Amino acid sequence: MNPFSVLRACARHVLRGNRAYWAWIGFLLALIVWGGAAYVEQLRHGLIVTGMRDQVSWAFYIGNFTFLVGVAAAAVVLVIPAYVYGWKPIKELTILGEILAISALVMSLLFVVADMGRPDRWWHLMPPIGRMNFPSAMLAWDVLALNLYLVLNVVIVAHLLYRGVQSRPPSRFALPLIIVSIPAAVAIHTVTAFIYAGLASRPYWNAAILAPRFLCSAFCSGPAILLILFQILQRTSDIKIKNEAIWKIAELMAYAMFLNLFLLGAEIFKEFYSGTEHLVHFTYLFSGIHGHHALVPFAWGFVICGVTAFLLFLFPATRRNPVTLNIGCLLIYASVYIEKGMGTIMPAFTPDTLGEIYEYAPTLHELRVGAAIFSVGFLIFTVLCKVAVPILSGQFDPRRHASAAESAPTASAA
Amino acid sequence: MNSDRSRRDFLVGATAAAAGMLAACSPAARERFFRRHFQELTPSEIDARMRRLKEDYDRQLGRPTTVSARAALPNTVYGYALDLSRCIGCRTCVYACVKENNQSRDPQIHWIRVLEMKKEKGIDFEGANPYYDPATVPDPDHFYLPVACQQCRNPPCVSVCPVGATWQEPDGIVAIDYDWCIGCRCCMAACPYGARHFNWGEPSLPAKEANTNMHVLGNRPRPRGVVEKCTFCVQRVREGRYPACVEACPVGARKFGNLLDRESEISKILREKRVFVLKAELKTEPKFYYFYSL
Amino acid sequence: MEPGDRSEEPAVSLSQSKALVPLLLLFGLGVLGILATLLDGHSFVPPEGAAANRAYGPADFPEVFDKDDALTGLEEARAAGLAIPVPGPPLTEGLYPCSACHADMPTNPVRRVVDAHGDIVLHHDEENRWCLDCHDAKNRDRLRLASGALIEFTESYKLCGQCHGTQYRDWKSGIHGKRTGYWNGAKRYLLCVHCHSPHSPAFKAMKPLPPPLRPQYLADQGGSHEQ
Repeated sequence: MNPFSVLRACARHVLRGNRAYWAWIGFLLALIVWGGAAYVEQLRHGLIVTGMRDQVSWAFYIGNFTFLVGVAAAAVVLVIPAYVYGWKPIKELTILGEILAISALVMSLLFVVADMGRPDRWWHLMPPIGRMNFPSAMLAWDVLALNLYLVLNVVIVAHLLYRGVQSRPPSRFALPLIIVSIPAAVAIHTVTAFIYAGLASRPYWNAAILAPRFLCSAFCSGPAILLILFQILQRTSDIKIKNEAIWKIAELMAYAMFLNLFLLGAEIFKEFYSGTEHLVHFTYLFSGIHGHHALVPFAWGFVICGVTAFLLFLFPATRRNPVTLNIGCLLIYASVYIEKGMGTIMPAFTPDTLGEIYEYAPTLHELRVGAAIFSVGFLIFTVLCKVAVPILSGQFDPRRHASAAESAPTASAA
Repeated sequence: MNSDRSRRDFLVGATAAAAGMLAACSPAARERFFRRHFQELTPSEIDARMRRLKEDYDRQLGRPTTVSARAALPNTVYGYALDLSRCIGCRTCVYACVKENNQSRDPQIHWIRVLEMKKEKGIDFEGANPYYDPATVPDPDHFYLPVACQQCRNPPCVSVCPVGATWQEPDGIVAIDYDWCIGCRCCMAACPYGARHFNWGEPSLPAKEANTNMHVLGNRPRPRGVVEKCTFCVQRVREGRYPACVEACPVGARKFGNLLDRESEISKILREKRVFVLKAELKTEPKFYYFYSL
Repeated sequence: MEPGDRSEEPAVSLSQSKALVPLLLLFGLGVLGILATLLDGHSFVPPEGAAANRAYGPADFPEVFDKDDALTGLEEARAAGLAIPVPGPPLTEGLYPCSACHADMPTNPVRRVVDAHGDIVLHHDEENRWCLDCHDAKNRDRLRLASGALIEFTESYKLCGQCHGTQYRDWKSGIHGKRTGYWNGAKRYLLCVHCHSPHSPAFKAMKPLPPPLRPQYLADQGGSHEQ
């Protein structure tokens, strides 16, 4: 089968689905259009339609970018037990982790583009026609690392799906590529952390602990989405997903959650105990200063959600109970999302370098663009899963229409 | 076979469409899109670009303009000193800078920010207030600290720019190529002095208020979506004049000169007065000094 | 069962629980609720009055910025061959030469509060000084140094420098006082009296120019959204 007919077969699978599937796709497309219109307005008027100003020059878009790079790195939580430890129950499922990585990377790159003041000058980043300030600019390293990791995952996923469609095993080059994705995943989030940690002007970020914190929060939040996806797939498809696989991932997440909380605690101790000028950012975050306390409920929210999720995942009884497992997943996802957006980006700029406090709040434009970008990511994820799931369950038929036994992931409970 | 031919047709069609689109653009639009970085231009290319910029600004401002690309003077490194005993916080420098450097009036951009601080706390940014508006200045319990680009010897903004749109000129001025900046604002996050400002919206400059004596790296009107900052009035200092803020200050608190000249005011200040810099622990090594003459 | 043994049979199996969908819906609603609270009217009209809520520009202050006198008097001063080239002193219109009136007037050297030149209020160490400590009694067109030497009004800095030596020294090297012109060429010095009235030298407090616009009002000045 040549690649063109494989693509046609995949397209056939993607374009066939039940009402729920098309309702979901329609919802995503509507959000993309709604948010796309907001982005067009941003292109017309400039970034002034956002809530960002000189005092808080990075906010919603960059917060989402940071969070999503973490989600992309989370594929490693599947790859390590599956390929380094050869644990069978997860092995087949790693491709879903890589599909998540692709979606998350595309989303994070789109957030960076949305944040640029001159997206028409994107080519300035590409040597030889552009000029990249390598090696001193961390953002240049990040562009390289993210795009390399994206290409790596696209190659792996495309190859695995291609061979899967043809019912052939993957080539022997797939394994080294998958192993390489482990340090690559660690690298992307480390480089992202270094963008912030290297700035001496922002004492809230200028700490060695930032990169380890980023990695720990990535490894506990990204897999949460996968756990929810696996439960959906258990119910709606014929893929054999053992409960064991889900519990093992949850167990690994529990370790990551502990480290995440521990590193947060270490930072808080250092700042509050030595009590220097730099404490002001933490004080703003957790108790507000001079009457400004917009972030306080979110700060305590993410701490409480994170601790609760950790406790739920710590004890096997709650880890295995589906209700508490899912509550834990949603809590940790929310906790890390708030921590990355409001807890990492905004306090670094509040107060700013000259001591001014500008309380940023996102505008509707920013939220619409954010919704559109998230919808693009979910769309990519849905489409790729729509191809991958039948392959994994052995029901992908390249020659005829999709079989009746295959049904799209539905949201209705079994 | 069919799929191979259809693939070939598609590729040929796509290439033809792209080539057609490029050809359909005017040469000016093509030149504008593919402009190279300022530092990579040959002298004749620089001349050509200055001519094109002059035509653009003549048209935009409705009056004759000059756009200079004058290079750094030899054996010159600029230094600046501000006398904190004298500054009364009148903000004349702020608005003189706006006038001289063609800053956007709406959205408002100020390159100089004057901070009012309590005398009993000394230099404490957390208690600083840039929005003071008393009936008269100076207020007896406060002193005033104007802050703009410190033209650091070790500028963090230059290291973090991903496309190299900002760099340090041989005379010490940290310059920005406004046509190369992609607006990522990494430099703004890196600057410890809040000296860099972003064109969040379309900058507006009433034509009759514009200063037509411009430098390509300095005070020419900036486009939307790029970063700008104090350039020590590069259009003036490379012609030997003082920056606008130095001349505007009614109390003579601002001093400027060539650090390499032992007899300049700035060198004398460094020798005879005790100067300090802001946030010295960050080792940015600014060339903007503060001192107390009283 | 030994302690630590883990059974593979959970109480409720994952694939049969009905919890996931309601939880996801609840989560989605929660997210929307939080987003709604964030959008608390970010762009709002600045309140009346406070200067930091309106974008001023130099065009609002023509009395300050319309003149460009940075080089005024520089060429004349250099042409006049003065030791330190300064523009002419800011004498009141029509009063110089003082000898026009004082040549014929008798001199009263008794220290007192003078009622002529009524617009001048002496507020410059008036406990210990009076007019004739600086103005020469016999020749009112000159100022008198402590040594008895007479100097022109264009050299009044020498007189000020007798008591204010450190400022005088700093002024001569350009550290004190406003200086305009060329950093690598001709500089325009100003006389002390151009900024400090000799009879009442303290700087009067002045109204500052307006503060910068607060960032939350940047978009609402009426220009940027209407493009």
